[in-house]
Amino acid sequence: MRALSNNPILYWLMRNPIWGFVIVVFIFFSLSADHFFSGRNLTNIVVQTSTIGLIALGMTLVMINGNIDLSVGATLALAAAFAVDVQSWAMFATWGNWQILPAVCIALLVGILMGAINGFIVWKTGVDAFIVTLGAMLGIRGLVFVYTGESSFYAMNFAYSDFSSMTLGPFPVLAVIFVLAVLAVHWLLSRTVHGRNTYAVGGNREAAVNAGIRVGPHMMINFMLIGFLAALSGVLLSTQMGAATPNLGRDYELWVITAVVLGGTKLTGGKGDIIGTLGGVLAIGILRNGMNLMQVPAFFVYVILGSILIAVLFLDKRFNRNADGGLRL
Amino acid sequence: MLIDRLKAGGPAIAKQGILVAFILFMIVFSVMSDRFMTTGNVMSVFRQATIIGVIALGVTIVVIGGNLDLSVGSMLSFATVLVVDLHDKIGPELAIPVMVLATLCLGAINGFLIGILRLNSLIVTLGMLSVIQGLVLIYSGGQNVDIANQTDTWFRFFGRGAIFGVATPIIIFLGLALVFHVIMTRMPFGRRVIAVGGNPTASVFSGVPRSRVVFMTYLISALCVAVAAMILGSRVMGSQNNVGQGYELQVLAAVILGGTSLLGGSGSILRTVLGVLMLAFIQNGLILMGQPYYTQWLVTWAVIIIAVWLDVAAKRGRLFSPIA
Repeated sequence: MRALSNNPILYWLMRNPIWGFVIVVFIFFSLSADHFFSGRNLTNIVVQTSTIGLIALGMTLVMINGNIDLSVGATLALAAAFAVDVQSWAMFATWGNWQILPAVCIALLVGILMGAINGFIVWKTGVDAFIVTLGAMLGIRGLVFVYTGESSFYAMNFAYSDFSSMTLGPFPVLAVIFVLAVLAVHWLLSRTVHGRNTYAVGGNREAAVNAGIRVGPHMMINFMLIGFLAALSGVLLSTQMGAATPNLGRDYELWVITAVVLGGTKLTGGKGDIIGTLGGVLAIGILRNGMNLMQVPAFFVYVILGSILIAVLFLDKRFNRNADGGLRL
Repeated sequence: MLIDRLKAGGPAIAKQGILVAFILFMIVFSVMSDRFMTTGNVMSVFRQATIIGVIALGVTIVVIGGNLDLSVGSMLSFATVLVVDLHDKIGPELAIPVMVLATLCLGAINGFLIGILRLNSLIVTLGMLSVIQGLVLIYSGGQNVDIANQTDTWFRFFGRGAIFGVATPIIIFLGLALVFHVIMTRMPFGRRVIAVGGNPTASVFSGVPRSRVVFMTYLISALCVAVAAMILGSRVMGSQNNVGQGYELQVLAAVILGGTSLLGGSGSILRTVLGVLMLAFIQNGLILMGQPYYTQWLVTWAVIIIAVWLDVAAKRGRLFSPIA
């Protein structure tokens, strides 16, 4: 073991086992699926994973805080509905393609507002975030249905649905946005005071309070960030579809939590990083894409992903038990 | 003097908050709609609530033991598809035991991973949710299943039958609730579950077989899902392969509304029944008042947060959280 951990690359892989898995499946699919290893397919994977990936970035922050957010799927649907519907409001009728701008801004603000509501309730009532966001998951979905009246919206302005097929040089815009968001959140978490505080609050809430961190507002900011990212994800998803349906994003919260946990973030808080989360998101994306290309029925992806999730948890427990220092009874 | 007494009484009322809220809702709905408080309506709401209700009974025991079970939704899909599909292939008298055994196996896997291996219950059952959903789709090949002859099978008794004029699902639900209530309040096993949920370390030092108790709670949860699948399959006489999707969180909402703490160690079966009925009556009452069905989700949002908030506030003795 000692010899292994002297090698920096192997040591890093032992700390981030999900990246080892990503590399293995990547090589596997490159060899066995015909069209997997092409620039076009690889950018496709990034675009496909960006929907869940963007939310996973926010979920990482919230989970390092020791909280959780189950309402992201509903927030995504609400933002998508606003983004598509506001464009066709009469007051923006003469704005041409500029009518997209207020629509997207309002959608993102709605996402931030939903996050703020969750965060404020967690802060003021002291009710566990799991319960607060479980309620919000139902409630915000209700708001989506109230707003849309159970019908789907279609983007009348084709510039909106063309956005998803735009490219920046050789890269699709959606992939570029996702990469920028990854870099931004990674910077926030590893280089700023807010990021340090995120770990402090999750690691030991009492100590964080004593150290002078305003824990309540801090958690609220993270909920607003995940609300923003969920809304951004909803807007980008609706540009891909050119439409917004009221049932958009159902079960996304479960996928997102799967990705984040695969990436090594602890549910108890205080541990995790964006590099791991990116690995978790890519693992899901590559598996889905590669198995599609190999024409494996989509059903098996569920079984494999669930098994991997449990296996990662099991291995983590085996190898990191000493680190817990806990009494095994 | 009066203020002192109110202060002392405040937490007591807050502790019965769910009961107070339940009665308030019932009064409001009875006033707003004259069809609400009729025997036919109350019975039909009751019957609709039984599927979530039966599952919630099992999940309550799991949660009191300090764990979560998110896999019940896809487990319900699994059990329903299995029993409906096997009904025509091997007959109901064999299909039911096979389905119950298969579902118990899934529960045993949960119990093994969480009870014996001590893995985090939220993630394990989240993984199992995905695995079981995949198994259902592989088994059914993505097709929905049906029972061909829907009138001449005794299997219809569980969902469509009645005993002395009361629908069978209601009797099953209330019967199970009573049995579990007795187990949780009057028998050693119930005490052990509460002990394990309240303080796992202390429970081990007091000689409680923690692993076995947690294992058993997941078996009970799976058993409840099997019973719910029997009711659902028999009522619909067919099944979509994602019929239970989203049930896990609705069930959890009902359990939380019943005042069971997610931290484990406290909660009661009868209050879960109250939570289940409250969600069902809110849904029904709002529809009778002419509101669209999705209004119930907004009301549920508010009700869950206020109910748990009052519960938490009563325990800490102040309304707002002390964190800055």
